[in-house]
Amino acid sequence: MAARLAALAVLALVLGTLGAVAWRAGGLGALQAADIGAARFTVVQALVSATLSALLAVPVARALHRRRFPGRAALISLMGAPFILPAVVAVMGLLAVFGRAGMLNDGLAILGLPRVSIYGAQGVVLAHVFFNLPLATRLLLQGWQAIPSERFRLAAALGFTPAATLRHLEGPMLRATLPGAWLAIFLVCLTSFAVALTLGGGPAATTIELAIYQAFRFDFDLARAASLGLLQVALCVAALAATARIALPQGFGAGLDRRTVLAPPVGRALRAQDAAAIAAAAVFLIVPMAAVLARGLPALAGLPGPVWLAAGRSLAVALAATALTLALALPLALAAARQRRFEWAGTLPLVASPLVLGTGLFLLLYPFAAPATLALPVTVAVNAALALPFALRTLLPATRRLDADYSRLAASLGLFGFARLRLLTLPRLARPLGFAAGLSAALSMGDLGVIALFADPAQATLPLQLYALMGAYRMADAAAAASLLMALSFGLFWLFDRIGNHANA
Amino acid sequence: MLTLENLVLAQDDFRLTANFAVPTGARVAVIGPSGAGKSTLLAAIAGFFTPASGRILWNGQDLAPLAPGARPLSILFQDQNLFPHLTVGQNLGLGLNPSLRLSAADRAAIATAIARTGLDGLADRRPGQLSGGQHSRVALARALLRARPLLLLDEPFAALGPALKAEMLALVAKIAAEANTTVLMVSHDPADARAFAPLAILVAEGQALAPRPTAELLDNPPPPLARYLGH
Repeated sequence: MAARLAALAVLALVLGTLGAVAWRAGGLGALQAADIGAARFTVVQALVSATLSALLAVPVARALHRRRFPGRAALISLMGAPFILPAVVAVMGLLAVFGRAGMLNDGLAILGLPRVSIYGAQGVVLAHVFFNLPLATRLLLQGWQAIPSERFRLAAALGFTPAATLRHLEGPMLRATLPGAWLAIFLVCLTSFAVALTLGGGPAATTIELAIYQAFRFDFDLARAASLGLLQVALCVAALAATARIALPQGFGAGLDRRTVLAPPVGRALRAQDAAAIAAAAVFLIVPMAAVLARGLPALAGLPGPVWLAAGRSLAVALAATALTLALALPLALAAARQRRFEWAGTLPLVASPLVLGTGLFLLLYPFAAPATLALPVTVAVNAALALPFALRTLLPATRRLDADYSRLAASLGLFGFARLRLLTLPRLARPLGFAAGLSAALSMGDLGVIALFADPAQATLPLQLYALMGAYRMADAAAAASLLMALSFGLFWLFDRIGNHANA
Repeated sequence: MLTLENLVLAQDDFRLTANFAVPTGARVAVIGPSGAGKSTLLAAIAGFFTPASGRILWNGQDLAPLAPGARPLSILFQDQNLFPHLTVGQNLGLGLNPSLRLSAADRAAIATAIARTGLDGLADRRPGQLSGGQHSRVALARALLRARPLLLLDEPFAALGPALKAEMLALVAKIAAEANTTVLMVSHDPADARAFAPLAILVAEGQALAPRPTAELLDNPPPPLARYLGH
């Protein structure tokens, strides 16, 4: 019942806005030659970004799973940061490292080597790997943790080599997890907006989302924006159709929650390999973020009042969007463990993109109300819808396991309704629920997509305020606002993830 | 009395028929080759497998409209009998009240069940900290608390050693005798069947046959049982 309501709400939002876009576009006639180039660039950069992120995540996740070292928990939490970091903030950090006057180019100059440029396609891919490598690592690490420790104990008892462990335990898990992770990243990159806005642009590095924004804001050419929206949806649908068959549920049974301490595999080469993977990932993640904080934190106290107001607005939007995401995701994930169609319903927002949903809502709403007055509710709804597929993907393996392992026992004891939710569902799902909530909150906190279309200084969120500061070249304030935004996004993620991890300790 | 009335269980190319009654208070072994449908028969009685036709009755009442938890029975599965995130005490409490709102009388009953099944001092432990034998005891203690007239054992003790298994079966027999509980036990071990169950149901070649004295059945096994036993 709850699942049906949730599915209906998602269907109405996504299909309603797409309908408005399709009606306004009336075909693809309004497209220009440059728009085809934008479509090509969108696909190529997403392919490269997703593949690099997913493949690089495998050694990092494996090393994190089988090694214990001081700071491991902190590093894993930090892995949640770049993906959920507001894109404008992350771009500022990457510029500090890879930009024209960044650390990398300074180093190259000392060695007498030519400078490299972060602007263009390579910068877009670099930023996408920066955002998504940690996400892929965490998704894979969850997959590793979902293998019962009893299986690893059994493998150790049978004297499995690392290759045999890969084949019998990790391989099946990767086959179940990797395609889903790759797909998630590919789709994120397919709808890239803020990165393309800041690092791309021009004929060689414009994504469709950026082209929609430009058609909308600069030319107010709604027909072309809508046509581009259709093109974007077509790409997303094609990607989903091509990969829909890959993400099959995995068949690992339940472990007994024994706190088995496993000896990590021995051998100098393996140790060095794991250490290198962890160190490289850590440096790549931490240095850009640290660069932003180093610039911004000292200026934090001097931030003007409107920035703080915007921060409060962003917090309210983020919490509302998170509540809405979980209210949709939990019933859908529980129902989807039995019926695939609920998974399809929850995955539906992937066919849209922030700017497509925004364009559609604008078309639907502007005859009735001034768009600026609806900016915040619209942002909440769109953010919740866009976070839903991620929340669902996080919850589904756990709800499937829950169903397979305990639905009979629960039924035989007459455990139903609220008691089942309280005693079985929430405790067993606390971990993925916390992760999903953290993801939704932080994504919404840093959103600079829909709000940019509905922009109005009186309703500005923190990312929009930050973008305005950057545009006005108030770089000290921008760095401080970026630090504040980073702290709030990371703080929300940390809080929810921690609640999830400790709810059942 | 448990009555299987012209019961037909079917799934893909699997088919099992049963048409007999089990007297109240009887302890019955369910024996037969692997894959013959012993577990499926228990799953149907417990409400996890919908019969293709026929009826399952308890004292004349058709069980079909009843959800698994509402049937007059408890079932112990081969594994996953306990929730690993709940303590022993909470797992037991679920047998009395699925929302765990327990009265003082409930708590007293749990304490008694803990004492009777030899689980003293373990109420606050979680299943991950218990041995296999202790798992079985908790599951059994919960069945004791539920006090349903029919108990289905789908090989819950299969992973235990012979001495421990014999001990558990003796405990089941004692508890069952006190409450006149009818017990159906899937078994792979003829010795268990002889020791625990005066009666036995043979499940083989698409049929579950009416209960017969276990010793008689095992001493003069029909051909499929003889092949299974290796005679």
